[in-house]
Amino acid sequence: MNLTQANIEEIARLARLELSEAEEEEFTRQLNRILGFMERLNRVDTTGVEPTAHVVPLFNVFRPDQTEPSLDPEAVLANAPERDGNFFKVPKVLED
Amino acid sequence: MPLSDYDMIIGLEVHVELKTASKLFCSCATRFGAEPNSQVCPVCLGLPGALPVLNERALEYAVVAALALNCQIAKYSKFDRKQYFYPDLPKAYQISQYDLPLAKDGWILIPAASGESGESKKAGIIRVHLEEEAGKTVHSGTGILDSDCALEDYNRCGIPLLEIVGAPDLRSPKEAKNYLEKLKTLLLYTGVSDCKMEEGSLRCDANISLRPKGGKEFGTPVEIKNMNSFRAVEAALEYEAQRQAKLLDDGVKIAKQTRAWDENKGITAYMRSKEEAGDYRYFPEPDLPPLIIESERVEQLRRTLPELPDSRRKRYIDLWGLPGYDAELISNSRPLAEFFETAVNLYGEAKTVANWVINELLRLVNQEGMAIETIKLLPDQLVKMLKMIDAGTISGKIAKTVFEAMFKSGKDPESIVQEKDLVQINDFEELKTIVADALDANPESVADYLRGKERALDFLVGRVMKETKGRANPGMVNQLLREELERRR
Repeated sequence: MNLTQANIEEIARLARLELSEAEEEEFTRQLNRILGFMERLNRVDTTGVEPTAHVVPLFNVFRPDQTEPSLDPEAVLANAPERDGNFFKVPKVLED
Repeated sequence: MPLSDYDMIIGLEVHVELKTASKLFCSCATRFGAEPNSQVCPVCLGLPGALPVLNERALEYAVVAALALNCQIAKYSKFDRKQYFYPDLPKAYQISQYDLPLAKDGWILIPAASGESGESKKAGIIRVHLEEEAGKTVHSGTGILDSDCALEDYNRCGIPLLEIVGAPDLRSPKEAKNYLEKLKTLLLYTGVSDCKMEEGSLRCDANISLRPKGGKEFGTPVEIKNMNSFRAVEAALEYEAQRQAKLLDDGVKIAKQTRAWDENKGITAYMRSKEEAGDYRYFPEPDLPPLIIESERVEQLRRTLPELPDSRRKRYIDLWGLPGYDAELISNSRPLAEFFETAVNLYGEAKTVANWVINELLRLVNQEGMAIETIKLLPDQLVKMLKMIDAGTISGKIAKTVFEAMFKSGKDPESIVQEKDLVQINDFEELKTIVADALDANPESVADYLRGKERALDFLVGRVMKETKGRANPGMVNQLLREELERRR
Protein backbone atom coordinates (compact mmCIF):
# COMPACT_ATOMS: atom_id res chain seq x y z
CA MET A 1 0.00 0.00 0.00
CA ASN A 2 1.24 3.43 -0.92
CA LEU A 3 0.09 6.69 0.64
CA THR A 4 -0.38 9.61 -1.69
CA GLN A 5 -0.10 13.24 -0.82
CA ALA A 6 -3.91 13.37 -0.95
CA ASN A 7 -4.03 10.77 1.88
CA ILE A 8 -1.71 12.92 3.94
CA GLU A 9 -3.91 15.96 3.38
CA GLU A 10 -6.92 13.99 4.57
CA ILE A 11 -5.13 12.68 7.66
CA ALA A 12 -3.95 16.21 8.45
CA ARG A 13 -7.51 17.52 8.04
CA LEU A 14 -8.91 14.92 10.46
CA ALA A 15 -6.17 15.78 12.97
CA ARG A 16 -6.73 19.53 12.42
CA LEU A 17 -3.11 19.99 11.35
CA GLU A 18 -2.06 22.66 8.91
CA LEU A 19 0.86 21.40 6.82
CA SER A 20 2.92 23.25 4.28
CA GLU A 21 3.46 21.77 0.83
CA ALA A 22 6.99 20.79 1.87
CA GLU A 23 5.75 19.13 5.07
CA GLU A 24 3.12 17.18 3.16
CA GLU A 25 5.80 15.79 0.85
CA GLU A 26 8.06 15.03 3.82
CA PHE A 27 5.31 13.21 5.77
CA THR A 28 4.16 11.32 2.71
CA ARG A 29 7.68 9.93 2.39
CA GLN A 30 8.03 9.22 6.14
CA LEU A 31 4.66 7.54 6.50
CA ASN A 32 5.32 5.38 3.47
CA ARG A 33 8.55 4.22 5.10
CA ILE A 34 6.61 3.32 8.25
CA LEU A 35 4.05 1.42 6.19
CA GLY A 36 6.90 -0.32 4.41
CA PHE A 37 8.10 -1.55 7.78
CA MET A 38 4.58 -2.81 8.54
CA GLU A 39 4.73 -4.72 5.26
CA ARG A 40 7.81 -6.47 6.59
CA LEU A 41 5.92 -7.36 9.79
CA ASN A 42 3.12 -8.76 7.65
CA ARG A 43 5.57 -11.35 6.34
CA VAL A 44 6.03 -12.86 9.81
CA ASP A 45 4.35 -16.28 10.00
CA THR A 46 1.50 -15.84 12.52
CA THR A 47 -0.15 -19.21 11.92
CA GLY A 48 -1.82 -20.28 15.17
CA VAL A 49 -1.34 -16.89 16.86
CA GLU A 50 -4.61 -15.34 17.99
CA PRO A 51 -5.10 -11.69 17.01
CA THR A 52 -5.10 -9.40 20.01
CA ALA A 53 -5.70 -5.74 20.70
CA HIS A 54 -3.49 -5.73 23.78
CA VAL A 55 -0.09 -7.28 24.25
CA VAL A 56 0.32 -6.76 28.00
CA PRO A 57 -0.95 -9.81 29.93
CA LEU A 58 -3.34 -7.71 32.03
CA PHE A 59 -7.12 -7.67 32.22
CA ASN A 60 -9.92 -6.52 34.56
CA VAL A 61 -8.09 -3.69 36.25
CA PHE A 62 -10.71 -1.91 38.34
CA ARG A 63 -11.12 0.77 40.96
CA PRO A 64 -13.95 0.86 43.51
CA ASP A 65 -16.78 3.35 42.98
CA GLN A 66 -15.48 5.90 45.46
CA THR A 67 -15.18 9.62 45.00
CA GLU A 68 -12.12 11.66 45.78
CA PRO A 69 -11.79 15.44 45.81
CA SER A 70 -11.54 16.93 42.33
CA LEU A 71 -9.20 19.74 41.31
CA ASP A 72 -9.85 23.25 42.46
CA PRO A 73 -11.77 25.05 39.66
CA GLU A 74 -9.13 27.80 39.67
CA ALA A 75 -6.45 25.23 38.93
CA VAL A 76 -8.64 23.69 36.24
CA LEU A 77 -9.30 27.03 34.57
CA ALA A 78 -5.65 28.11 34.80
CA ASN A 79 -5.19 26.24 31.50
CA ALA A 80 -8.20 27.79 29.79
CA PRO A 81 -7.36 29.99 26.82
CA GLU A 82 -10.32 32.12 27.89
CA ARG A 83 -12.87 31.82 30.66
CA ASP A 84 -16.30 33.12 31.47
CA GLY A 85 -17.00 32.64 35.17
CA ASN A 86 -16.13 29.01 35.85
CA PHE A 87 -16.66 27.96 32.23
CA PHE A 88 -14.06 27.38 29.56
CA LYS A 89 -14.82 29.87 26.80
CA VAL A 90 -14.21 28.55 23.30
CA PRO A 91 -15.01 29.75 19.80
CA LYS A 92 -18.47 28.93 18.53
CA VAL A 93 -18.68 25.48 17.01
CA LEU A 94 -19.64 25.31 13.37
CA GLU A 95 -20.79 22.03 11.88
CA ASP A 96 -19.01 21.07 8.65
CA MET B 1 -48.70 7.56 -2.51
CA PRO B 2 -50.01 7.93 1.02
CA LEU B 3 -47.78 7.23 3.98
CA SER B 4 -49.77 4.05 4.64
CA ASP B 5 -48.29 2.59 1.41
CA TYR B 6 -44.83 2.75 2.96
CA ASP B 7 -43.24 0.64 5.67
CA MET B 8 -41.52 2.71 8.30
CA ILE B 9 -38.21 1.29 9.49
CA ILE B 10 -37.23 2.82 12.79
CA GLY B 11 -34.34 2.04 15.11
CA LEU B 12 -33.48 3.95 18.25
CA GLU B 13 -30.14 4.60 19.85
CA VAL B 14 -30.47 5.35 23.54
CA HIS B 15 -27.85 6.69 25.92
CA VAL B 16 -28.33 6.43 29.67
CA GLU B 17 -26.06 7.72 32.40
CA LEU B 18 -25.30 5.11 35.04
CA LYS B 19 -25.84 6.39 38.55
CA THR B 20 -22.49 5.59 40.06
CA ALA B 21 -21.05 7.89 42.71
CA SER B 22 -17.83 8.47 40.77
CA LYS B 23 -16.99 8.77 37.08
CA LEU B 24 -16.17 5.91 34.71
CA PHE B 25 -12.39 6.25 34.70
CA CYS B 26 -11.61 8.60 37.61
CA SER B 27 -12.76 9.37 41.16
CA CYS B 28 -14.52 12.67 40.42
CA ALA B 29 -18.09 12.88 41.71
CA THR B 30 -21.01 12.65 39.27
CA ARG B 31 -23.42 14.90 41.17
CA PHE B 32 -25.85 16.75 38.89
CA GLY B 33 -26.04 20.52 39.18
CA ALA B 34 -22.63 21.15 40.77
CA GLU B 35 -20.71 24.38 40.07
CA PRO B 36 -19.21 24.33 36.55
CA ASN B 37 -15.84 22.60 36.32
CA SER B 38 -15.79 21.71 40.02
CA GLN B 39 -15.91 17.92 39.42
CA VAL B 40 -12.97 17.44 37.10
CA CYS B 41 -9.44 16.07 37.39
CA PRO B 42 -6.46 15.36 35.15
CA VAL B 43 -8.07 12.09 33.93
CA CYS B 44 -11.41 13.50 32.74
CA LEU B 45 -9.71 16.65 31.43
CA GLY B 46 -7.33 14.50 29.43
CA LEU B 47 -4.19 16.09 30.82
CA PRO B 48 -0.94 14.43 29.69
CA GLY B 49 0.15 11.48 31.78
CA ALA B 50 -3.23 10.81 33.39
CA LEU B 51 -4.23 7.16 33.56
CA PRO B 52 -7.88 6.04 33.37
CA VAL B 53 -8.92 3.12 35.63
CA LEU B 54 -12.32 1.48 35.16
CA ASN B 55 -15.01 1.91 37.84
CA GLU B 56 -16.03 -1.65 38.75
CA ARG B 57 -19.57 -0.70 39.72
CA ALA B 58 -20.12 0.98 36.35
CA LEU B 59 -19.20 -2.30 34.69
CA GLU B 60 -21.53 -4.24 36.98
CA TYR B 61 -24.38 -1.81 36.28
CA ALA B 62 -23.76 -2.16 32.56
CA VAL B 63 -23.86 -5.95 32.76
CA VAL B 64 -27.02 -5.91 34.91
CA ALA B 65 -28.75 -3.53 32.47
CA ALA B 66 -27.70 -5.66 29.50
CA LEU B 67 -29.07 -8.77 31.23
CA ALA B 68 -32.41 -7.04 31.84
CA LEU B 69 -32.46 -6.41 28.07
CA ASN B 70 -31.89 -10.13 27.44
CA CYS B 71 -28.43 -9.57 25.95
CA GLN B 72 -25.53 -11.97 25.67
CA ILE B 73 -22.60 -10.71 27.74
CA ALA B 74 -19.31 -10.91 25.88
CA LYS B 75 -16.69 -12.97 27.65
CA TYR B 76 -14.02 -10.72 26.14
CA SER B 77 -14.47 -7.04 25.43
CA LYS B 78 -12.30 -3.97 25.25
CA PHE B 79 -12.32 -0.20 25.06
CA ASP B 80 -11.44 1.86 22.01
CA ARG B 81 -10.69 5.49 21.27
CA LYS B 82 -13.14 7.30 19.05
CA GLN B 83 -11.43 10.39 17.67
CA TYR B 84 -13.28 13.56 16.91
CA PHE B 85 -12.89 17.24 17.63
CA TYR B 86 -15.56 18.93 19.61
CA PRO B 87 -15.04 21.34 22.50
CA ASP B 88 -17.08 19.18 24.92
CA LEU B 89 -14.43 16.47 24.54
CA PRO B 90 -11.17 17.79 26.02
CA LYS B 91 -9.13 14.69 25.09
CA ALA B 92 -10.25 14.98 21.44
CA TYR B 93 -11.26 11.34 21.71
CA GLN B 94 -13.97 9.50 23.58
CA ILE B 95 -13.25 6.21 25.30
CA SER B 96 -15.93 3.92 23.94
CA GLN B 97 -16.26 0.35 22.69
CA TYR B 98 -16.12 -0.41 19.01
CA ASP B 99 -15.79 -3.91 17.59
CA LEU B 100 -16.01 -5.89 20.84
CA PRO B 101 -18.90 -4.38 22.84
CA LEU B 102 -19.80 -5.54 26.32
CA ALA B 103 -23.08 -7.14 25.25
CA LYS B 104 -25.16 -7.88 22.17
CA ASP B 105 -28.17 -9.71 20.70
CA GLY B 106 -30.84 -8.72 23.20
CA TRP B 107 -34.56 -7.97 22.92
CA ILE B 108 -37.37 -6.41 24.86
CA LEU B 109 -41.09 -7.07 24.71
CA ILE B 110 -43.11 -4.01 23.69
CA PRO B 111 -46.80 -3.41 23.01
CA ALA B 112 -47.29 -3.69 19.24
CA ALA B 113 -48.78 -0.51 17.83
CA SER B 114 -50.87 -2.33 15.23
CA GLY B 115 -53.09 -5.34 15.74
CA GLU B 116 -55.06 -6.32 18.81
CA SER B 117 -54.56 -4.33 21.96
CA GLY B 118 -52.56 -6.30 24.46
CA GLU B 119 -50.55 -7.91 21.68
CA SER B 120 -46.82 -7.56 22.12
CA LYS B 121 -43.79 -7.91 19.89
CA LYS B 122 -40.09 -8.45 20.42
CA ALA B 123 -37.90 -5.49 19.56
CA GLY B 124 -34.25 -6.39 19.09
CA ILE B 125 -31.27 -4.83 20.83
CA ILE B 126 -28.21 -5.02 18.61
CA ARG B 127 -25.60 -4.08 21.16
CA VAL B 128 -24.99 -2.48 24.54
CA HIS B 129 -21.68 -0.84 25.33
CA LEU B 130 -20.02 1.30 27.93
CA GLU B 131 -18.49 4.67 27.16
CA GLU B 132 -17.74 8.01 28.76
CA GLU B 133 -19.97 11.07 28.67
CA ALA B 134 -18.83 14.26 27.02
CA GLY B 135 -18.95 17.64 28.75
CA LYS B 136 -21.81 20.07 28.53
CA THR B 137 -21.80 23.02 26.14
CA VAL B 138 -23.69 26.15 27.07
CA HIS B 139 -24.21 28.63 24.25
CA SER B 140 -23.93 32.24 25.13
CA GLY B 141 -26.39 34.61 23.53
CA THR B 142 -30.00 33.69 22.92
CA GLY B 143 -29.45 30.57 20.86
CA ILE B 144 -27.06 28.30 19.05
CA LEU B 145 -27.06 30.44 15.89
CA ASP B 146 -26.42 33.94 17.15
CA SER B 147 -23.91 33.15 19.88
CA ASP B 148 -20.30 33.97 19.06
CA CYS B 149 -18.77 31.58 21.57
CA ALA B 150 -19.50 28.41 23.51
CA LEU B 151 -19.03 27.81 27.23
CA GLU B 152 -17.79 24.42 28.39
CA ASP B 153 -18.49 22.65 31.68
CA TYR B 154 -16.60 19.36 31.97
CA ASN B 155 -18.35 18.08 35.11
CA ARG B 156 -20.34 15.66 32.97
CA CYS B 157 -17.24 14.57 31.08
CA GLY B 158 -16.41 10.99 32.04
CA ILE B 159 -19.71 10.04 33.66
CA PRO B 160 -20.44 6.40 32.73
CA LEU B 161 -22.76 6.14 29.78
CA LEU B 162 -24.48 3.08 28.43
CA GLU B 163 -25.22 3.09 24.72
CA ILE B 164 -28.11 0.83 23.75
CA VAL B 165 -28.46 0.32 20.02
CA GLY B 166 -31.89 -0.94 19.05
CA ALA B 167 -32.53 -3.01 15.93
CA PRO B 168 -34.55 -1.44 13.08
CA ASP B 169 -37.58 -3.41 14.28
CA LEU B 170 -39.95 -0.55 15.03
CA ARG B 171 -42.66 0.14 12.47
CA SER B 172 -44.34 3.32 13.66
CA PRO B 173 -43.64 6.37 15.82
CA LYS B 174 -46.03 4.89 18.40
CA GLU B 175 -43.98 1.71 18.55
CA ALA B 176 -40.86 3.82 18.99
CA LYS B 177 -42.49 5.49 21.98
CA ASN B 178 -43.56 2.10 23.36
CA TYR B 179 -39.99 0.87 22.98
CA LEU B 180 -38.62 3.85 24.90
CA GLU B 181 -41.18 3.48 27.66
CA LYS B 182 -40.41 -0.21 28.07
CA LEU B 183 -36.68 0.38 27.98
CA LYS B 184 -37.01 3.04 30.65
CA THR B 185 -39.21 0.78 32.78
CA LEU B 186 -36.62 -2.01 32.61
CA LEU B 187 -33.69 0.28 33.39
CA LEU B 188 -35.53 1.84 36.32
CA TYR B 189 -36.30 -1.68 37.59
CA THR B 190 -32.61 -2.55 37.61
CA GLY B 191 -31.82 0.71 39.40
CA VAL B 192 -28.72 1.43 37.30
CA SER B 193 -29.95 4.81 36.04
CA ASP B 194 -32.56 7.34 37.05
CA CYS B 195 -33.46 7.84 33.36
CA LYS B 196 -34.35 11.51 33.68
CA MET B 197 -34.72 12.89 30.21
CA GLU B 198 -35.05 16.44 31.57
CA GLU B 199 -31.63 16.15 33.26
CA GLY B 200 -30.20 14.43 30.21
CA SER B 201 -29.54 11.12 31.97
CA LEU B 202 -31.57 9.43 29.20
CA ARG B 203 -31.22 10.59 25.61
CA CYS B 204 -32.46 9.19 22.37
CA ASP B 205 -31.50 9.49 18.70
CA ALA B 206 -33.68 7.92 16.04
CA ASN B 207 -32.97 6.42 12.63
CA ILE B 208 -35.82 6.24 10.16
CA SER B 209 -36.21 5.19 6.56
CA LEU B 210 -39.18 4.29 4.41
CA ARG B 211 -39.69 1.59 1.83
CA PRO B 212 -42.67 0.59 -0.29
CA LYS B 213 -44.94 -1.62 1.80
CA GLY B 214 -43.80 -5.22 1.92
CA GLY B 215 -40.40 -4.42 0.37
CA LYS B 216 -37.26 -6.21 1.45
CA GLU B 217 -34.61 -3.54 0.84
CA PHE B 218 -33.91 -0.90 3.45
CA GLY B 219 -33.94 2.75 2.40
CA THR B 220 -31.27 5.26 3.42
CA PRO B 221 -31.74 6.00 7.12
CA VAL B 222 -31.88 9.57 8.34
CA GLU B 223 -30.73 10.22 11.88
CA ILE B 224 -32.75 12.59 14.07
CA LYS B 225 -31.27 14.23 17.14
CA ASN B 226 -32.26 16.79 19.74
CA MET B 227 -35.48 15.20 21.00
CA ASN B 228 -36.09 16.04 24.64
CA SER B 229 -39.05 13.85 25.52
CA PHE B 230 -40.65 10.57 24.44
CA ARG B 231 -43.49 12.64 23.02
CA ALA B 232 -40.92 14.61 20.97
CA VAL B 233 -39.45 11.35 19.60
CA GLU B 234 -42.90 10.30 18.43
CA ALA B 235 -43.67 13.72 16.93
CA ALA B 236 -40.28 14.01 15.20
CA LEU B 237 -40.68 10.55 13.64
CA GLU B 238 -44.19 11.38 12.47
CA TYR B 239 -42.93 14.56 10.83
CA GLU B 240 -39.88 12.89 9.30
CA ALA B 241 -41.91 9.98 7.86
CA GLN B 242 -44.21 12.47 6.10
CA ARG B 243 -41.25 14.45 4.81
CA GLN B 244 -39.52 11.37 3.40
CA ALA B 245 -42.72 10.03 1.82
CA LYS B 246 -43.18 13.31 -0.04
CA LEU B 247 -39.59 13.22 -1.34
CA LEU B 248 -39.85 9.57 -2.38
CA ASP B 249 -43.16 10.30 -4.14
CA ASP B 250 -41.35 12.95 -6.16
CA GLY B 251 -38.61 10.49 -7.03
CA VAL B 252 -36.01 12.24 -4.87
CA LYS B 253 -33.33 10.04 -3.37
CA ILE B 254 -32.97 10.43 0.43
CA ALA B 255 -29.42 11.46 1.35
CA LYS B 256 -27.73 10.04 4.41
CA GLN B 257 -27.81 12.85 6.92
CA THR B 258 -28.38 13.95 10.49
CA ARG B 259 -31.34 16.21 11.19
CA ALA B 260 -32.30 18.09 14.35
CA TRP B 261 -35.81 18.17 15.78
CA ASP B 262 -37.04 21.72 16.29
CA GLU B 263 -39.60 21.46 19.08
CA ASN B 264 -41.02 24.94 18.57
CA LYS B 265 -41.51 24.69 14.82
CA GLY B 266 -42.43 21.00 14.94
CA ILE B 267 -40.05 20.12 12.12
CA THR B 268 -36.75 18.33 11.56
CA ALA B 269 -34.02 20.50 10.03
CA TYR B 270 -30.84 19.51 8.22
CA MET B 271 -27.83 19.41 10.56
CA ARG B 272 -25.00 17.66 8.74
CA SER B 273 -24.17 14.88 6.35
CA LYS B 274 -23.48 11.81 8.46
CA GLU B 275 -19.83 11.25 9.24
CA GLU B 276 -18.72 7.85 8.08
CA ALA B 277 -17.59 5.49 10.84
CA GLY B 278 -14.10 5.45 9.35
CA ASP B 279 -13.64 9.12 10.09
CA TYR B 280 -13.54 8.32 13.79
CA ARG B 281 -10.35 6.27 13.35
CA TYR B 282 -11.12 3.93 16.26
CA PHE B 283 -8.22 2.06 17.76
CA PRO B 284 -7.87 -0.02 20.94
CA GLU B 285 -7.48 2.15 24.05
CA PRO B 286 -3.92 1.34 25.14
CA ASP B 287 -4.43 2.71 28.68
CA LEU B 288 -7.18 0.23 29.57
CA PRO B 289 -6.58 -3.49 29.70
CA PRO B 290 -9.35 -5.64 28.17
CA LEU B 291 -12.22 -7.15 30.13
CA ILE B 292 -12.80 -10.82 30.71
CA ILE B 293 -16.16 -11.63 32.25
CA GLU B 294 -16.59 -15.29 33.10
CA SER B 295 -20.05 -16.86 32.93
CA GLU B 296 -20.04 -17.46 36.71
CA ARG B 297 -19.72 -13.71 37.23
CA VAL B 298 -22.53 -13.07 34.74
CA GLU B 299 -24.80 -15.52 36.58
CA GLN B 300 -23.88 -13.94 39.90
CA LEU B 301 -24.96 -10.55 38.56
CA ARG B 302 -28.09 -12.04 36.97
CA ARG B 303 -29.17 -13.18 40.43
CA THR B 304 -29.12 -9.57 41.63
CA LEU B 305 -31.84 -8.64 39.12
CA PRO B 306 -35.26 -8.04 40.63
CA GLU B 307 -38.26 -9.84 39.16
CA LEU B 308 -38.88 -7.88 35.95
CA PRO B 309 -42.19 -6.35 34.81
CA ASP B 310 -43.10 -8.98 32.17
CA SER B 311 -42.89 -11.76 34.71
CA ARG B 312 -44.84 -9.78 37.31
CA ARG B 313 -47.55 -8.85 34.82
CA LYS B 314 -47.98 -12.49 33.83
CA ARG B 315 -48.17 -13.55 37.47
CA TYR B 316 -50.77 -10.89 38.30
CA ILE B 317 -52.96 -12.09 35.42
CA ASP B 318 -52.45 -15.85 35.72
CA LEU B 319 -52.24 -16.26 39.48
CA TRP B 320 -54.12 -13.29 40.86
CA GLY B 321 -56.72 -12.89 38.12
CA LEU B 322 -56.09 -9.21 37.42
CA PRO B 323 -57.28 -7.70 34.13
CA GLY B 324 -54.43 -7.09 31.67
CA TYR B 325 -54.77 -3.32 31.98
CA ASP B 326 -54.37 -3.36 35.78
CA ALA B 327 -51.48 -5.83 35.61
CA GLU B 328 -49.67 -3.72 33.02
CA LEU B 329 -50.14 -0.47 34.90
CA ILE B 330 -48.99 -1.83 38.25
CA SER B 331 -46.06 -3.89 36.96
CA ASN B 332 -44.68 -0.90 35.03
CA SER B 333 -43.28 0.62 38.19
CA ARG B 334 -41.13 -1.37 40.56
CA PRO B 335 -42.04 0.58 43.72
CA LEU B 336 -45.73 0.43 42.80
CA ALA B 337 -45.52 -3.30 42.09
CA GLU B 338 -43.75 -3.89 45.39
CA PHE B 339 -46.33 -1.85 47.31
CA PHE B 340 -49.12 -3.76 45.59
CA GLU B 341 -47.62 -7.18 46.20
CA THR B 342 -46.99 -6.52 49.89
CA ALA B 343 -50.60 -5.40 50.28
CA VAL B 344 -51.98 -8.39 48.37
CA ASN B 345 -49.92 -10.79 50.45
CA LEU B 346 -51.38 -9.26 53.62
CA TYR B 347 -54.94 -8.90 52.37
CA GLY B 348 -55.35 -11.91 50.11
CA GLU B 349 -57.61 -10.45 47.45
CA ALA B 350 -55.75 -8.82 44.57
CA LYS B 351 -58.44 -7.04 42.56
CA THR B 352 -59.63 -4.92 45.51
CA VAL B 353 -56.05 -3.88 46.26
CA ALA B 354 -55.46 -3.15 42.55
CA ASN B 355 -58.53 -0.89 42.43
CA TRP B 356 -57.33 1.15 45.38
CA VAL B 357 -53.80 1.32 44.04
CA ILE B 358 -54.87 2.41 40.56
CA ASN B 359 -57.87 4.61 41.31
CA GLU B 360 -56.76 6.27 44.52
CA LEU B 361 -53.03 5.85 45.06
CA LEU B 362 -51.95 6.65 41.50
CA ARG B 363 -54.45 9.50 41.28
CA LEU B 364 -53.03 11.13 44.43
CA VAL B 365 -49.42 10.47 43.42
CA ASN B 366 -50.02 12.13 40.04
CA GLN B 367 -52.02 14.95 41.59
CA GLU B 368 -49.20 15.72 44.01
CA GLY B 369 -46.54 15.16 41.36
CA MET B 370 -44.74 12.73 43.66
CA ALA B 371 -42.55 9.71 43.05
CA ILE B 372 -44.01 6.47 44.41
CA GLU B 373 -40.77 5.80 46.29
CA THR B 374 -41.40 8.86 48.46
CA ILE B 375 -44.99 8.25 49.62
CA LYS B 376 -45.70 8.03 53.34
CA LEU B 377 -48.52 5.50 53.05
CA LEU B 378 -47.52 1.92 53.86
CA PRO B 379 -49.06 -1.18 52.28
CA ASP B 380 -50.19 -2.51 55.67
CA GLN B 381 -52.10 0.73 56.32
CA LEU B 382 -54.07 0.21 53.13
CA VAL B 383 -54.77 -3.38 54.22
CA LYS B 384 -55.95 -2.27 57.68
CA MET B 385 -58.31 0.15 55.98
CA LEU B 386 -59.66 -2.54 53.65
CA LYS B 387 -60.32 -4.75 56.67
CA MET B 388 -62.22 -1.87 58.33
CA ILE B 389 -64.45 -1.69 55.24
CA ASP B 390 -65.00 -5.46 55.38
CA ALA B 391 -65.86 -5.27 59.08
CA GLY B 392 -68.36 -2.49 58.42
CA THR B 393 -66.44 -0.01 60.57
CA ILE B 394 -66.30 2.44 57.68
CA SER B 395 -68.20 2.63 54.41
CA GLY B 396 -66.47 2.29 51.07
CA LYS B 397 -67.24 5.92 50.38
CA ILE B 398 -65.81 7.17 53.67
CA ALA B 399 -62.79 4.97 53.02
CA LYS B 400 -61.79 7.29 50.17
CA THR B 401 -61.59 10.15 52.67
CA VAL B 402 -59.61 7.94 55.06
CA PHE B 403 -57.30 6.88 52.23
CA GLU B 404 -56.54 10.45 51.22
CA ALA B 405 -55.85 11.38 54.85
CA MET B 406 -53.54 8.37 55.24
CA PHE B 407 -51.78 9.30 52.02
CA LYS B 408 -51.22 12.86 53.16
CA SER B 409 -50.29 12.21 56.81
CA GLY B 410 -48.94 8.66 56.86
CA LYS B 411 -51.15 7.99 59.90
CA ASP B 412 -52.91 4.68 60.57
CA PRO B 413 -56.52 4.40 59.38
CA GLU B 414 -57.79 3.74 62.95
CA SER B 415 -56.50 7.04 64.27
CA ILE B 416 -57.84 8.94 61.24
CA VAL B 417 -61.30 7.39 61.70
CA GLN B 418 -61.17 8.31 65.39
CA GLU B 419 -59.92 11.84 64.87
CA LYS B 420 -62.35 12.70 62.10
CA ASP B 421 -65.23 10.78 63.65
CA LEU B 422 -65.78 8.70 60.54
CA VAL B 423 -67.02 5.49 62.13
CA GLN B 424 -69.89 4.03 60.16
CA ILE B 425 -73.35 4.19 61.74
CA ASN B 426 -74.59 0.61 61.85
CA ASP B 427 -77.04 1.13 64.69
CA PHE B 428 -80.49 0.05 63.52
CA GLU B 429 -82.54 2.31 65.79
CA GLU B 430 -80.37 5.34 65.15
CA LEU B 431 -80.59 4.90 61.38
CA LYS B 432 -84.33 4.29 61.57
CA THR B 433 -84.83 7.69 63.24
CA ILE B 434 -82.64 9.45 60.68
CA VAL B 435 -84.52 7.77 57.80
CA ALA B 436 -87.89 8.73 59.24
CA ASP B 437 -86.75 12.35 59.65
CA ALA B 438 -85.55 12.42 56.03
CA LEU B 439 -88.93 11.18 54.78
CA ASP B 440 -90.82 13.70 56.92
CA ALA B 441 -88.69 16.51 55.52
CA ASN B 442 -89.21 15.48 51.88
CA PRO B 443 -92.86 14.60 51.33
CA GLU B 444 -92.66 15.26 47.53
CA SER B 445 -89.97 12.66 47.08
CA VAL B 446 -91.96 10.20 49.14
CA ALA B 447 -94.96 10.84 46.91
CA ASP B 448 -92.80 10.52 43.76
CA TYR B 449 -91.42 7.20 44.93
CA LEU B 450 -94.84 5.87 45.75
CA ARG B 451 -95.94 6.85 42.21
CA GLY B 452 -93.21 4.59 40.91
CA LYS B 453 -90.33 7.03 40.45
CA GLU B 454 -87.41 4.87 41.49
CA ARG B 455 -85.00 7.82 41.23
CA ALA B 456 -86.65 9.50 44.18
CA LEU B 457 -85.05 6.80 46.32
CA ASP B 458 -81.56 7.93 45.26
CA PHE B 459 -82.42 11.45 46.33
CA LEU B 460 -83.57 10.21 49.73
CA VAL B 461 -80.43 8.10 50.18
CA GLY B 462 -78.48 11.26 49.41
CA ARG B 463 -80.40 13.19 52.10
CA VAL B 464 -79.60 10.55 54.72
CA MET B 465 -75.93 10.46 53.71
CA LYS B 466 -75.72 14.23 53.88
CA GLU B 467 -77.34 14.22 57.30
CA THR B 468 -74.82 11.63 58.56
CA LYS B 469 -71.84 13.12 56.66
CA GLY B 470 -71.60 9.88 54.70
CA ARG B 471 -71.25 7.71 57.78
CA ALA B 472 -74.52 5.79 57.49
CA ASN B 473 -74.18 2.17 56.44
CA PRO B 474 -75.40 2.43 52.82
CA GLY B 475 -76.87 -1.07 52.66
CA MET B 476 -78.90 -0.53 55.80
CA VAL B 477 -80.05 2.92 54.69
CA ASN B 478 -81.33 1.49 51.42
CA GLN B 479 -83.20 -1.29 53.14
CA LEU B 480 -84.66 0.94 55.87
CA LEU B 481 -85.77 3.55 53.34
CA ARG B 482 -87.65 0.99 51.24
CA GLU B 483 -89.32 -0.49 54.32
CA GLU B 484 -90.28 2.91 55.71
CA LEU B 485 -91.58 4.07 52.30
CA GLU B 486 -93.69 0.96 51.90
CA ARG B 487 -95.16 1.53 55.36
CA ARG B 488 -96.24 5.00 54.18
CA ARG B 489 -97.93 3.76 51.03
